[in-house]
Amino acid sequence: MADLTTTFAGIKSPNPFWLASAPPTDKEYNVRRAFEAGWGGVVWKTLGEDGPPVVNVNGPRYGAIWGADRRLLGLNNIELITDRPLDVNLREIKAVKRDYPDRAMVVSLMVPCEEDAWKRILPRVEETGADGIELNFGCPHGMAERGMGSAVGQVPEYIEMVTRWCKQNTRMPVIVKLTPNITDIRYPARAAHRGGADAVSLINTINSITSVNLDLMAPEPTIDGKGTHGGYCGPAVKPIALNMVAEIARDADTAGLPISAIGGITTWRDAAEFIALGAGNAQVCTAVMTYGFKIVEEMIAGLSLWMDEQGYASIDDFAGRAVPNVTDWQYLNLNYVTKARINQELCIKCGRCFAACEDTSHQAISMSEDRVFDVKDDECVACNLCVNVCPVEDCITMEELAPGTLDERTGQKVPAEAADWTVHPNNPSAAAAE
Amino acid sequence: MPNSPMTPGIVANRLPEDRLQENFSDLHPPLDAHEAAVAADRCYFCHDAPCMTACPTSIDIPLFIREIQTGRPDAAARTILEQNILGGMCARVCPTETLCEEVCVREVAEGKPVEIGRLQRYATDVVMAANDHPFERGAPTGKHVAVVGAGPAGLACAHRLAMYGHEVTIMDARPRPGGLNEYGIAAYKTTGGFAAAEVDWLLKIGGITVENGKKLGRDFSLQDLARTHDAVFLAIGLAGVNDLGTPGEDKDNVLDAVDFIADLRQARDLSALPVGRDIVVIGGGMTAVDAAVQSKLLGALNVAMVYRRGRERMSASEYEQDLAASKGVHIIYNAQPVAVHGNGAVREVEFEYTVEEDGKLKGTGETFRLKADQVFKAIGQRLDGAPEGLKIEGGKIAVSGAGRTGLAGVWAGGDCASGGDDLTVTGVAQGRDAAEDIHRALLA
Repeated sequence: MADLTTTFAGIKSPNPFWLASAPPTDKEYNVRRAFEAGWGGVVWKTLGEDGPPVVNVNGPRYGAIWGADRRLLGLNNIELITDRPLDVNLREIKAVKRDYPDRAMVVSLMVPCEEDAWKRILPRVEETGADGIELNFGCPHGMAERGMGSAVGQVPEYIEMVTRWCKQNTRMPVIVKLTPNITDIRYPARAAHRGGADAVSLINTINSITSVNLDLMAPEPTIDGKGTHGGYCGPAVKPIALNMVAEIARDADTAGLPISAIGGITTWRDAAEFIALGAGNAQVCTAVMTYGFKIVEEMIAGLSLWMDEQGYASIDDFAGRAVPNVTDWQYLNLNYVTKARINQELCIKCGRCFAACEDTSHQAISMSEDRVFDVKDDECVACNLCVNVCPVEDCITMEELAPGTLDERTGQKVPAEAADWTVHPNNPSAAAAE
Repeated sequence: MPNSPMTPGIVANRLPEDRLQENFSDLHPPLDAHEAAVAADRCYFCHDAPCMTACPTSIDIPLFIREIQTGRPDAAARTILEQNILGGMCARVCPTETLCEEVCVREVAEGKPVEIGRLQRYATDVVMAANDHPFERGAPTGKHVAVVGAGPAGLACAHRLAMYGHEVTIMDARPRPGGLNEYGIAAYKTTGGFAAAEVDWLLKIGGITVENGKKLGRDFSLQDLARTHDAVFLAIGLAGVNDLGTPGEDKDNVLDAVDFIADLRQARDLSALPVGRDIVVIGGGMTAVDAAVQSKLLGALNVAMVYRRGRERMSASEYEQDLAASKGVHIIYNAQPVAVHGNGAVREVEFEYTVEEDGKLKGTGETFRLKADQVFKAIGQRLDGAPEGLKIEGGKIAVSGAGRTGLAGVWAGGDCASGGDDLTVTGVAQGRDAAEDIHRALLA
């Protein structure tokens, strides 16, 4: 039985599944129920300064996009940080941590960019017995207009500065939560690292308008005829999050910096993928907002069985294993040649591969009178589009041509040795092959 | 004291009103918007889709399903109706299990096709409910076409001609238009007076006059029509019913299934419709199934449907056979009637078991008798009352191309013409195609 316990930035938890800072972690009632359901940790919904709490809109806060059967694929929100008084939140955090000492309790914070503001709140959080803090430099809506959230996260110097203040004023591990609303995620990550962050977490939500109401001529969600951009999350953002996690994991400046992965994690497999790309644990929000706390049972069972099957005894056994295989385009082997292969037994003859290839790609699939679809090797560039549009899993696959085999498209034999763009004759700056 | 299924003889009121209503409610209730979205999502939008090829009217099925998916059932309806103006009825009565849904790649792959028929109904119901007729009559051409028969073929032909601006007069022998849509077909397949409503909707295009109660050969002749019109389209169906050719066939209560079905379709009050206690239906097609199932649903105690060949030869689809069985109809295969017994009225039907050898049917000599107070004959219909001068081929009016009869200016289509398979949808296709051909001829 695989050991799922993790120690992330010094914070222990019985499994790598944490609830991200968001509505599910806004109060004691929810968090207690989440822990009862089996969640390994939570990041309490972001606390702000003492004083009158923020207010939220009283119209819809969420917008969504759906797939087949109204399966929620993407969710956006315009909710702000907690709108409950600071002392109520702190009291509840303390009570829950006392009753669940084995679970990770991290508190998300967002106060103005002044050292005094941080100095005021940090001891109060520390007093709750919380295991760590997460700096919310990510929220793209509302708070950013007030100089917080992503307004900080978009300026690496501010990230570094605030991180340093926190490290200087608390003994708790500091996790810096990054916004994806920037051009290169490595800059804010490096800034956090320079500021002394114990870890980064990402991604926060992405600026978005989920849809436009064509009757109201206004973006959704619509508040009294107007809408604003909200933070996008859910399964739709996972590919973006995977790339950003990988970028940080393989960056020389930040290599080894613990990463808490966030972004569309819905199943055990999603979590395993992020961990393989260098994350130390996984934070979940949209999936529980869609299905409830119970999904953690599937996540724990699935990850555990998969690890047993693969012979991984602990999370560390596979964490980061895929990182060395993430590279730049220029280092991809151009002598690796594949061709699409259609399994005629599995083919249901829908013809989607044909339509896709014929209309939009390389005219490399033929169609017979009786709807038999075949790959034309002399045209196939192995683009994979047919694989992606085929509704039957594993019906179309990519088969590698062994070295020495004739590639009918190029008329050349497949070379045995690898060669990438850096040595390609068409590359003006190619290194001369010796 | 009301009657019950046990009451002997042919009596009305065997079942309470609520049971009858339930029994004759929609066989396939309409999809609601969410169900339609889920069903539409299953469509793969196949290239050169097999379903479309299998549809006798070549409806662009993947396109209309995508239109439903994207929230425009009205656009979907237009896609359907452009090819098949009776797409609403066809959505209800088409044997989709042997047409579009049979070749759906998901049927082939998973044994569960996209529910094309129900999706088609969803889309067409939207425009019918809005009473929206999305086609306009073309500018009048001054040409006048006579259509004989207001069934699916005649109506489809008339509508297409009206779209081109020709004036059309439809003559039909029955009191109401619609043909088999109105007088044939099981009631639970087309509930709520849909057939009549669809005809009214179709006629909204304008330029079409329907004259009911006018029978070819009795009230007018083909020569009259040909003289007074620029073209004639014959869609007279198959008005004759085949006989059993069995001794005793003339006994009382040995009836044509088509008449029973027509009476049922026209009945205002199903509880007033008499039905026997022990019913024997002879035949293996859709008409036999419709008569058998509806007898059972009216409250008959025992209903047997007897077919002379094996199950695989039955023209009613497997789905229809299963439907009959699920309603309690006892299907007997490989038995042919040899005598109808009774003193005045039928009391028993005697059958002989059969075997098929090299395609030839042979009696085995072994016989059995089924108790019967009502017998419905459903062994096929035949052409009746075809005008002189038309070439007949295989019992039907011979046609070539898009319904050309060989007589100048006379076209034919639907069940009365050669080449079809006696389905509503085939009739629509033939009527539509004949109209296109007539239009070309009139402009030439």
